[in-house]
Amino acid sequence: MNDPVVAKRPAGSGDPGAARGVAAAPTASEAPIPPTPEAPETPKAPHVRPGDRIFRGLATGSGVFIVVLIGAIGLFLILQAIPSLGLDQINFLTSREWNTSDPANLRFGILDLLLVTVIVSIVALLIAMPIALGIALFLTQYAPRNLARPFAYVIDLLAAVPSIVFGLWGLFVLGPVLYPLSEWLIDTLGWIPIFAKGNVNVQLGGTIFTAGIVVAVMILPIITAVSREVFDRTPRMHVEGAIALGATKWEVVRTTVLPFGKAGYVSASMLGLGRALGETIAVMIILSTTSSAFGWSLFDGGATFASKIALAAPEFNDTRSAGAYIAAGLVLFVLTFVVNAIARSIVAGHKEYE
Amino acid sequence: MSTNLADPTRLATPPTFQAVSLSRRIKNGFATALVWGAFLVAIIPLVWVLYTVVQRGFPVILDGDWWQKSLSGLLARQQGGGAYHAIYGTLVQGLVCGIISVPIGIMIAIYLVEYGGRSKLAKATTFMVDILTGVPSIVAALFIYTVWITYAGMGRSAFAVSIALVLLMVPVVVRTTEEMLKIVPDELREASYALGIPKWKTIVKIVIPTALSGILTGIMLALARVMGETAPVLVLAAYAPFINYNLFSGPMASLPLMMVNERNNPTQAGFERLWGAAITLVLIITLFNLLATVISRVLAPKTK
Repeated sequence: MNDPVVAKRPAGSGDPGAARGVAAAPTASEAPIPPTPEAPETPKAPHVRPGDRIFRGLATGSGVFIVVLIGAIGLFLILQAIPSLGLDQINFLTSREWNTSDPANLRFGILDLLLVTVIVSIVALLIAMPIALGIALFLTQYAPRNLARPFAYVIDLLAAVPSIVFGLWGLFVLGPVLYPLSEWLIDTLGWIPIFAKGNVNVQLGGTIFTAGIVVAVMILPIITAVSREVFDRTPRMHVEGAIALGATKWEVVRTTVLPFGKAGYVSASMLGLGRALGETIAVMIILSTTSSAFGWSLFDGGATFASKIALAAPEFNDTRSAGAYIAAGLVLFVLTFVVNAIARSIVAGHKEYE
Repeated sequence: MSTNLADPTRLATPPTFQAVSLSRRIKNGFATALVWGAFLVAIIPLVWVLYTVVQRGFPVILDGDWWQKSLSGLLARQQGGGAYHAIYGTLVQGLVCGIISVPIGIMIAIYLVEYGGRSKLAKATTFMVDILTGVPSIVAALFIYTVWITYAGMGRSAFAVSIALVLLMVPVVVRTTEEMLKIVPDELREASYALGIPKWKTIVKIVIPTALSGILTGIMLALARVMGETAPVLVLAAYAPFINYNLFSGPMASLPLMMVNERNNPTQAGFERLWGAAITLVLIITLFNLLATVISRVLAPKTK
């Protein structure tokens, strides 16, 4: 208990305990007691209690911990990946082969994983971005005032559904429903490479197309939530000014809300992209694996970084083979790090969002 | 003068304002329809997913055995048994994760709001929390795999899963706690300082209790989120169809892991276990979400 210290404070007004070192660095946020006004006696520096010092240390330590943690994630993944990268018989970045079954002869390259990951994410983003924009505008501008909150809650519920449930739904329910549409797209637009007949059985639904749609549903809530927050901050005066000029609802949105929130919306979409890149279990369950290379079609199967790692994870038994997957994980980490950092820096550049 | 009064509706000048032109009205109506449409489109998958889960899983969980028995000794095609082992695993792994994450998360938030100010470290911390929010769960799992299993030489266990979940839970706790601490009025802090209370005691006894309902709500939501995570359990724990109470060794089931395991089981029993586990997981997560709402209602600071 530090109560005695507290009790001593008023009585010990003449307490000489103020160390010179402490007096030299009085930080505004630290001072628990406003600096003593010009007293007739010698000015006293604020007394730092031991409890304060410990608590401050704990709090600061936790802050340092998280910074160190991110560094450690990168460091340990690199440490673990390097030996396997050294053993890799083929080029890690430009090869499409992935064979780690023989640790003495590792052959792994990430090009196919990278392409599939990026295509799934782009499909998801292309679907989710316009819908999320619509929802964010709906919730902030169009929805009846008293219903806006419950409606927003409903959208947030999408984020509460576990990824594995979305995956099962995508494979067993959505996949079969999408089959006629996929077939039609292949038949009529098959001459365009991205709609060409893919390397997996379309009837099973385990295509990039299905995975992209499911991931789009999963990233909707994050894009919506961040955009909504920014749209909500549109200065009232701008909106009222537009209304006073006789603008219709849509013109108000187009001339005030959208220009103000554009950067926030882009940032929100980048956050969504980060989520999509790292989405693991839903994609793992949906995508049919295939041994043939990715052929630029939406109806291909394959594996993303995350799904490849998740599929192999239960069988990690050799450090060297595991290292190959960790190298892939490292690339994914760097990719999401960069995307998230860009998203944050966009918002950080706009002081009006704070 | 009298002529003006005779017709009060007569305009002094020709009308300046005109009705909104047809094209503008069409555009406006079109935009309104699109925006409503976007919302309705987003509702479809939500309702569809929930309907699928309830329709396929609900009959399974009505059986009392589901909540009390494991799948120990049952063959893949044998019906019966339950998900007790998996429910236990999910709750315990979540709970242990919470016990570790909550103090760390709250201390980081306290640092950011009460001590950090605009210092370089505070900025770095905020940035890193943001980055950690975006770290894919599979990367967090791989990190713990490297540290805990490769370097520390420990085996796969439920505890390793809990630590991996900590990485995913801490940023959520930090964010919500930070928001809550920020809205505690400065007057409360200053009043406390004026009475000669040390800063740490002000934080523990004044600031945190004021923000408590919001912090607890955030913790419940974070718990709901991590319990549905599958990637860490897949990498860091092996599945066991029986009950294992030991957190530190041996395979332990959890609901997501049970689903991953049963998804390739083509029998009726497999179908029931798969969707039974799905609805159980959704129910647990819903329960924690409801708890969050209740806490925020009941414990909210009284305002006049």
